[in-house]
Amino acid sequence: MLVCIAPFLAYAQDCDLTLSGQVIDLHNNAPNGGAMLYIKELSKTIIANDNGYYEIDGLCSGNYTIMVSHPECNTITRDIVIRSNTVRTFKMEHHLEELNEVIVQGKSEFDKLASVREVQLSDDALERNSGKTLGDALNEISGVSSLNTGNTIVKPIINGLHSSRVTIINNGTRLEDQEWGVEHAPNIDINASDKVAVIKNAAALQYSGDAIGGAVILEPSRVVVKDTLYGKTLLTLGTNGRGGVISSQLTKGFESGFFGQVRGTLRRFGDFEAPDYILSNTGADEKSLFARIGVNRFTYRLEGSYSLFQNKLGILRASHLGGPQDQFRAINSPEPLIIRDFTYDIDVPRQEVTHHVFKVKGDRNFGAHSNIAFHYTYQQNNRFEFDIRRGDDAGKASVDLNLETHTLALDFKTKIGDGFNFKSGITGDYQENFANPNTGVRRLIPDYERYHFGIYAITDYEVNDFLQLEGGLRLDYTHLDALKFYRMSFWESRNYDMLFPELVLEEFGNEVLTNPTLDFANVSATAGIAYQLSDDITGYFNYALASRAPNPSELFSEGLHHSASRIELGDLRFDSETSNKFSVTLEGRLKGFQFTLNPYANFISDFVVIEPTEIRQTIRGNFQVWEYRQTDAYFLGFDLDTSVSLSDHLNWESQFSFLKAYERENDLPLINIPPTRFANRLSYKNASLNNLKVTLGGTYVFRQNEFPDNNFDVFIPETDSIELLDISTPPDGYFLMSLSAEYPFTIKNESQLVLGLSVENLLDESYRNYLNRFRFYADDLGRNILLHLKINY
Amino acid sequence: MKTFKYLTLLFVTTLFIACNNDDDSNPDPVNEEEVITTMTITLEPTGAGTQVVMQTRDIDGPDGPEPPVVTVVGELVVGATYNGSVAFLNETETPPENINEEIEEEDDEHQIFYIAGGGLDVTTAYTDQDGDGNPLGLTFTLTANTAGSGTMTVILRHEPTKPNDGTPADAGGETDIAETFDVTIN
Repeated sequence: MLVCIAPFLAYAQDCDLTLSGQVIDLHNNAPNGGAMLYIKELSKTIIANDNGYYEIDGLCSGNYTIMVSHPECNTITRDIVIRSNTVRTFKMEHHLEELNEVIVQGKSEFDKLASVREVQLSDDALERNSGKTLGDALNEISGVSSLNTGNTIVKPIINGLHSSRVTIINNGTRLEDQEWGVEHAPNIDINASDKVAVIKNAAALQYSGDAIGGAVILEPSRVVVKDTLYGKTLLTLGTNGRGGVISSQLTKGFESGFFGQVRGTLRRFGDFEAPDYILSNTGADEKSLFARIGVNRFTYRLEGSYSLFQNKLGILRASHLGGPQDQFRAINSPEPLIIRDFTYDIDVPRQEVTHHVFKVKGDRNFGAHSNIAFHYTYQQNNRFEFDIRRGDDAGKASVDLNLETHTLALDFKTKIGDGFNFKSGITGDYQENFANPNTGVRRLIPDYERYHFGIYAITDYEVNDFLQLEGGLRLDYTHLDALKFYRMSFWESRNYDMLFPELVLEEFGNEVLTNPTLDFANVSATAGIAYQLSDDITGYFNYALASRAPNPSELFSEGLHHSASRIELGDLRFDSETSNKFSVTLEGRLKGFQFTLNPYANFISDFVVIEPTEIRQTIRGNFQVWEYRQTDAYFLGFDLDTSVSLSDHLNWESQFSFLKAYERENDLPLINIPPTRFANRLSYKNASLNNLKVTLGGTYVFRQNEFPDNNFDVFIPETDSIELLDISTPPDGYFLMSLSAEYPFTIKNESQLVLGLSVENLLDESYRNYLNRFRFYADDLGRNILLHLKINY
Repeated sequence: MKTFKYLTLLFVTTLFIACNNDDDSNPDPVNEEEVITTMTITLEPTGAGTQVVMQTRDIDGPDGPEPPVVTVVGELVVGATYNGSVAFLNETETPPENINEEIEEEDDEHQIFYIAGGGLDVTTAYTDQDGDGNPLGLTFTLTANTAGSGTMTVILRHEPTKPNDGTPADAGGETDIAETFDVTIN
């Protein structure tokens, strides 16, 4: 290893040189008091003072290897050439005290991508959003917005991309929860994670190669290796929805390294309200449980965990439509067509989803610098969708899908030399989808089996204190074996009977059972540079190549999508979609001003879009047919975050996100692209008032002026006329204000109580959000007054 | 490296087991229970004249690519009054399922609307009622007033507001089936 072979040259006549400086935390520049500096060549140890300052004197001119260690940090090793008195600052990553993570070793140098800024939600933001969904919380990150179906089904959009293009990594495993559907929100309780971060890029190759939009990384906290018992309870009560959320966790740690943790969350709301009316049937009932036990030793870690997530979400009653004539009525009505009295009951239409995760993981250190980790995860996702049905079918689910996924992964990492790391791994998974035929509704997603195998290698090299390089490569192979019933008429109209006669297994009257088997090989890669331009400014550049196999919905859809009131058609012949994303980040800190500027360009070939192609005359009126097709698209945008200290107590943060997305061939704008957003927060914090914190927020969302025109004509029998059904025009821009205050109390011993009060949509503004699929039918949420209570014990 | 060996073995074994899970039998087709493929309106003259039958039939269901086949057999006669009835069928099942039975069972949650358009001069009146005394529309009368041609739209609504003013706009609910027929009065 390079570290060990640094030549040692001494000049006897010149041995009164000093090396001095400070040992600080990499993240916040806080001094690491008591850090030990071991000079290998002299076998000598020096201890830094409480402020992290050290001085080593009596050095001769020459090369030295210094190992800096601190009980709470990863040990770092640096080669230093001494020719004269030298001042040197050592930056350490402050994480080793939390030992249980698989990816503990060299976390600073490695597991975090060097050339892509991972944007993490602060603890404050997590707690503030304890009563909400993951998608709502992620909205606080610039460049991240959400695609909503009402106010309870919230899907994250990263730099304009969502669903299968955003990978969610929960506790080290990719979440497999039928993420393809726009009305399928991630089955995650935000309270079960302590770290929620977004990588706005496909660069996280150890997790996936197809995250064309980016990745959301969720991790539970690490348990400290000492005898300890602590817990936290969060209670949120809200006036809008007249409900609340209670989330509690308890952690027990032992000096021996054993630990256990339990977390639970209950979330219950009735109908939510817009400023002028009740949004009938929008209640939510959610339960989640997370338990784990494990052992943390210095050389190995082992952990078993189980998590359960269960929800029942009401879908706005007025969004359920029989056809385009109903849609015309609904869109042109200033109020939702159905408004009922407030209730906690969740009627049809609704979703009920249960997600189980069983996981075993472990890792072991080899030698001083290598680690091998494995995990096995079993996930079961059971989704029911209940629709408004007639007769014997009333109360029976219209969609009943059961998705099971087994994942097995092995990861190996090692330090090849000083600042030179290598990581590699293989992952295999088997997935089986079962669509229950007893629903009495044709299967939306067919029965299928999917085998997936991935292999990756990533390396990163710290050239010097200013320059870091990284690169990675990943190969994925997917084999999909489906059993799909096609309508004979569709099979023939698509010419599949001529193209794929070999797929037909059996004919049943007007249906044909087919066995499509599809194989996709995908290559993804990343390369990046991080360069410290000056003490205050760091620049990052990253290129990511990502490739995504089409999902079952894009391949197999063939039928009426009730909630969208349109017919959706997939295509068996799709290829993988490939993205080339270039992103630059400039991060700076100038006195009281901090900024992060992140422009990006994403070029996607064979981008799967769904758009209307024809009007189909049906027995229920003329429906629009939306067909998936592949095209080339580009996404250009930037996110800017700034933070200014106006005074000792006052801080102003703002975020600005801007994005343009077009189809390359015809330069037409893509649908559902987040409009420009400008968010501001002014915070007042006073330590002498017991850390009282008051925040005033104001967010302006611009109108999306660039959208494709998908309007169509509908015959309205009542008026005996043909009318234009406007499903394209985005709603106006809107400005929302929020106010929050929190005040911590210390109650006996070490327990701490934080009381908070916040108001969202302070001015009770009526608005509609372009990215809410129910914007046609109802206004968004009105004012919400929330009471937060946090107890740490 | 022993651990590594074991882990590799475990990995390969699991994949092998997973990949061997290919013994499933073929799935059964889904019996589509809620689809209405066919609506037939039969107008029987109370006096002289001939029967008029209007039908829309979409055998591959509303989301299949084939458009519905719409037929009108017969012409209305000026001044004649007809006893009308409507029948809804799901012909994706064999034998076809009679949807009228479900509509009768849940008569308070359904209503059928008959709307003349394009200058067609007819008068319709409900002759049946639900359990609450509100119109249902499985049977009705139709009087052809003056000669001419136009359209007749028939809509079955699920969960309309009842009572209503007789227009589908006021009734709301969801459209289960809607068809516009070209009708002539001689």
